[in-house]
Amino acid sequence: MTTLAAPEAKSASTLSMAWRRYRKSRLGVLGGWVLAALYLTALFAGFLSPYSITTQHQGHEYQPPSRLHLVGKGGLSWPFVYGTRESRDPVTFARKSVDDPSVQLPVRLLVRGEPYRFFGLQSDLHLFGVPLAQGGSPQVFYFPFGTDQLGRDLLSRTLVGGQVSLTVGLIGVVISFAIGILMGGISGYYGGLTDTLIQRLIEVLLSFPRLPILLALSTLIPPRWPSTWVYLGIVAVLALIGWAGLARVLRGQVLTLRSLDYVSAAQAIGARDLRIILRHITPNLSSFLLVTATLALPGFVLGESALSFLGLGIKEPMTSWGLLLADARREGFQTLNLYPWLLLPGLFLVITILAFNFFGDALRDAADTQTRL
Amino acid sequence: MLSFILRRVLGMLPTLLVISAVCFLVIKLQPGSFTDQYLEDPRFTRETAAAISRQLGLDQPPVAQYFHWLGGVLTRFDFGYSFLQNRPVVTVIGELLGWTVFIALLTLLLSWVIAVPLGIYTAFNRHSASSQVIGVLGYLGLAIPDFLAALLIVAVVLRLGGTNVGGLFSPKYIDAPWSWARVLDLLNHLWIPVVAVGLEGVAGLMRQMRASMLDVLGQDYVRTARAKGAPQRRVIWRHAVRNAINPLISLAGLSLPTLISGTIIISIVLNLPTIGPLLYDSLVNKDQYMALTLLMFSAALLLLGNLLADIALAWADPRVRYS
Repeated sequence: MTTLAAPEAKSASTLSMAWRRYRKSRLGVLGGWVLAALYLTALFAGFLSPYSITTQHQGHEYQPPSRLHLVGKGGLSWPFVYGTRESRDPVTFARKSVDDPSVQLPVRLLVRGEPYRFFGLQSDLHLFGVPLAQGGSPQVFYFPFGTDQLGRDLLSRTLVGGQVSLTVGLIGVVISFAIGILMGGISGYYGGLTDTLIQRLIEVLLSFPRLPILLALSTLIPPRWPSTWVYLGIVAVLALIGWAGLARVLRGQVLTLRSLDYVSAAQAIGARDLRIILRHITPNLSSFLLVTATLALPGFVLGESALSFLGLGIKEPMTSWGLLLADARREGFQTLNLYPWLLLPGLFLVITILAFNFFGDALRDAADTQTRL
Repeated sequence: MLSFILRRVLGMLPTLLVISAVCFLVIKLQPGSFTDQYLEDPRFTRETAAAISRQLGLDQPPVAQYFHWLGGVLTRFDFGYSFLQNRPVVTVIGELLGWTVFIALLTLLLSWVIAVPLGIYTAFNRHSASSQVIGVLGYLGLAIPDFLAALLIVAVVLRLGGTNVGGLFSPKYIDAPWSWARVLDLLNHLWIPVVAVGLEGVAGLMRQMRASMLDVLGQDYVRTARAKGAPQRRVIWRHAVRNAINPLISLAGLSLPTLISGTIIISIVLNLPTIGPLLYDSLVNKDQYMALTLLMFSAALLLLGNLLADIALAWADPRVRYS
């Protein structure tokens, strides 16, 4: 007779099993890391960006991305950039700046530059950049992504614009889920006339194509508002549209949970209805809510970028990826042809959406306890 | 069947009524009014602006304006007057309606023609390299916003020396009579908006078709068909695809909102003569009846699309009854 192996002392908890399922999806894990990196860059945007987003570098309008050189006069050296001088295009006589190989300046790490604020702290330390010119020599700039029509550094604008693009989705989802949970919960919990009214409202909201109603609502934001208020307005508009679909799904979930024993028990000891919805029913839907929120986030990010792209969203001096992309067609299609680097913020947008999609899919699989992998 | 359609269409009317009221409320909540632009213009006195406002009926309370408009719609099919264009709204929209519906339908058709075979292919060759590549492309298609896709295509076309970007025709063909050269010119312009709008739809449909196909391939009746010796082609098309395509038909109705939204934003980017730029201009300039009608119109298009999808589903799937 063989001895049976002793059963494991502690069975894996639901959370650790979900974690194991999540780790199985390689793309999902990658998406999670990319998202973490993106939000960190947004947090430290001031430190990572070489210049301020509003500084206009005269004579450097529409400058293509600066090339970083490694091989100089004396062989391999610390990465450096060439200075620039102004010249005319021999054919069109258009003004443009060209590289001037006689001036070579190294790109230093941790340089002092323009001041920025970080959580109320004043600082002028930047991760990299060309140190300020000493004496009478002209200042040399390093623009990794080039500059826009006013000579503003595109990399800095992209990084700081990410703060807006990435947080709009997060805040918007939180607000829209708060409304959705409340409306869906009330609708499913009470039933009857309340249910019918809320369902009709949802139906009306859902029978709009997304963009037209977004456009209509965003024109409600007064043009005189400062850009911080406009930002909040855009978040509110996105949240106002976003809750309807969620509330409809939640109502169905609440309908099934309503008749369960622990809800009856809570009712029996006299808990208030709102408490039952928020403290007893909602926690049981937490994994469902988390997954839905992650999958809903790209829609918010895309909504903001579309609005800003059309000039109805975020406004200067704030910036976002959508607004930066609007610059790429400022003077018609010729801008696109002459200055294609203005599309670089779009790359960040695509990477963000991709990462959210991968991450969300992996979360959904991880939260799914029915199918065993 | 007829009574089903009739009942559904009648059911839409109250929804549309509520939608029109909500839209009008939103438009009226916009800060400022159409006549504000005259106040900043030194050529107009305050009195002239007030007179224009009275002429357009803007001095009346919003509720009266709304019911006046509603009365016109119900009795004379008159959707009001466009302040910007100085023409009735119906005339302006009528001119652009053809292209709007044409581009949307063409995109829908092409995305089906491309996505369904791709979905079937990737379901059958799940682990092949080409399927993996298609899958990654699908993810990209879902992640690239439609306006960015249009910008990218335009940038590439211009870089390669092309000039057929923006609009639907080259200048010399705009007023020319229809000919083969004109059709070719149209196709040369049309592919950009169609690809940009359709990208997301193709990616989504393809994923759905693949998942639905994989579901069906595991079913007993597919095994039975194989066991009784039906040829592979017949198993795929008669037994598997025939059943796997049903969920997609109802999805086609759901993909309409993205299609309409996509057509609107792409038309603004590429200067296409559809209702997109019209909606944008009317909202920004507070051309209220135009904006109201266009918002209603996009909602009606969506409701109608859902109805068509339901009818198509009932036609394709004998298990679905009209009820």
